[in-house]
Amino acid sequence: MNLEDFPMLKKDIIYLDNGATTLKPQCVIDKMRDYYENYSANAHRGDYDISYKVDQEYENARELVRKFINAKYKEEIIFTSGATQSLNMIAFGFFGKFLEAGDEVLITQSEHASNVIPWFILEKKLGIVVRYIPLDDDHYVTIENVRDAITPRTKVISLACITNVLGDERPIKEICELAHQNNIFVVMDAAQSVPHRKTDVEELDVDFLAFSGHKMCGPTGVGVLYGKKELLEEMDPQNYGGGMNESFDNANEIYLKELPTRLEAGTPNIAGVIGLGEAIQYLESIGMERISEYEKNLRKYAIDKLIEIPYIDILNLESDSGIISFNVDGVFSQDVAYYLNKYNLCVRAGNHCAKNLKKEVGVSNSLRVSLYFYNTESDIDALVELLKNKEKIMEEMI
Amino acid sequence: MDTETKRSIIMKHYSNPKNRKYPEEEGYQKVNTANSSCVDNLDIYVKIEEGKIKDITFMGEACAISISSTSIMIENLIGKTIKEALEYIQEFEGMVEGQNYNKELLGDANAYYDIKSQGHRKTCALLPYIGMKQVLEKEE
Repeated sequence: MNLEDFPMLKKDIIYLDNGATTLKPQCVIDKMRDYYENYSANAHRGDYDISYKVDQEYENARELVRKFINAKYKEEIIFTSGATQSLNMIAFGFFGKFLEAGDEVLITQSEHASNVIPWFILEKKLGIVVRYIPLDDDHYVTIENVRDAITPRTKVISLACITNVLGDERPIKEICELAHQNNIFVVMDAAQSVPHRKTDVEELDVDFLAFSGHKMCGPTGVGVLYGKKELLEEMDPQNYGGGMNESFDNANEIYLKELPTRLEAGTPNIAGVIGLGEAIQYLESIGMERISEYEKNLRKYAIDKLIEIPYIDILNLESDSGIISFNVDGVFSQDVAYYLNKYNLCVRAGNHCAKNLKKEVGVSNSLRVSLYFYNTESDIDALVELLKNKEKIMEEMI
Repeated sequence: MDTETKRSIIMKHYSNPKNRKYPEEEGYQKVNTANSSCVDNLDIYVKIEEGKIKDITFMGEACAISISSTSIMIENLIGKTIKEALEYIQEFEGMVEGQNYNKELLGDANAYYDIKSQGHRKTCALLPYIGMKQVLEKEE
């Protein structure tokens, strides 16, 4: 649906790599262009009209994000460069301060690199222990497995809400409940979930949450760190400098501003933040429930067709998301992606930044189709038609 | 080279690559070569004796272009001196980068003559040579 809103869809491509990034609707492009053309000043600075307008638009975007994920306070929304930076700030700015040697962080083998490597670094630096919650036979996280993995030393559970290769959804609300009963913090990597379904941080009761703008029709280079206010108050900035200080004189006399500015040093990505605000309004005008329902149906349509092709091995037959990971038997995933590219069909091949997953599923790389609401049944038909003929794949993959 | 010949050379080396195995005796140097933009990841084992390449084998997983390119490289480099091998690699790089190159010298490797127009795949064809060069330059 809403195909007409996307300039990229007027080009002759079929875009099925939405897990990597999404296309941008005209309204987001126009909103950013409007900033650069009509009120291109800095934020929090000038006493002149266009700078005031920047402040209004920038803070309005913060309010839009707050409402979108149902955070309690505006100060709980910190703009970052993306989910990766948000997760790094959470790991180093908060947990780097409080964790001690022997404390345990629980993750899984199917996390994205950005929710793995920062914890590894803390393991080396502080002597914390990174442990894995075992996945069930379908590679799902169950609440029972989380319960079994918790020990008296567990301090953090850090999980994707929806994973980026298999698209499985985790029972975050139940995990938060269980974690909080045991005084454990929960970090949620929401990069693959916030763009596709209604997210309510208050209902989930999650402690920290990270997501990126570009995976939800927004611009690249902007993302969000959400944290409960009392936790963000304790977070150390990873960047110091302009915008975030109240005053400074010498090393012992540095006074920082309040949240959220304290955690947003330097000139922010103003156009990006304003563009993200517009993207949120755009998604809300369609409706998040409608988006997830549409993707679910389209995924089912795709699975029903792909399953008919005998040499296609689908890694996640059942999934709660719009992600389908599969392989063409006997053909390297990258070669298939290259073949599809000849027909202007964009899919991703590789390990999708989840390099540990091969230990879990025994497959080190795959093709990934990730859907969004502007994909159609005819996109799927085109994909299936191209995959239906293995000889043609072998013929044209080089 | 016409498209059909190119295709058949690449497919021949992809479906039945030369020396895709671990070395069967001592005396090999191992080098890993991996493509940062995808999952191509190869270990190359090289045996050099008296300034000559005695044998090369490889293991790992990679796309059709990387595997076939490795196989052709192995076929063409065994028996060459280090100097000859480096000259060969220079010609191959020249072809892939769209510069002048010595067609005669490259043999089957001419199959990648138009790979420069295929974006990332250029890196796939070059992959085994990146590792090979590391070994040869160390020996030189």
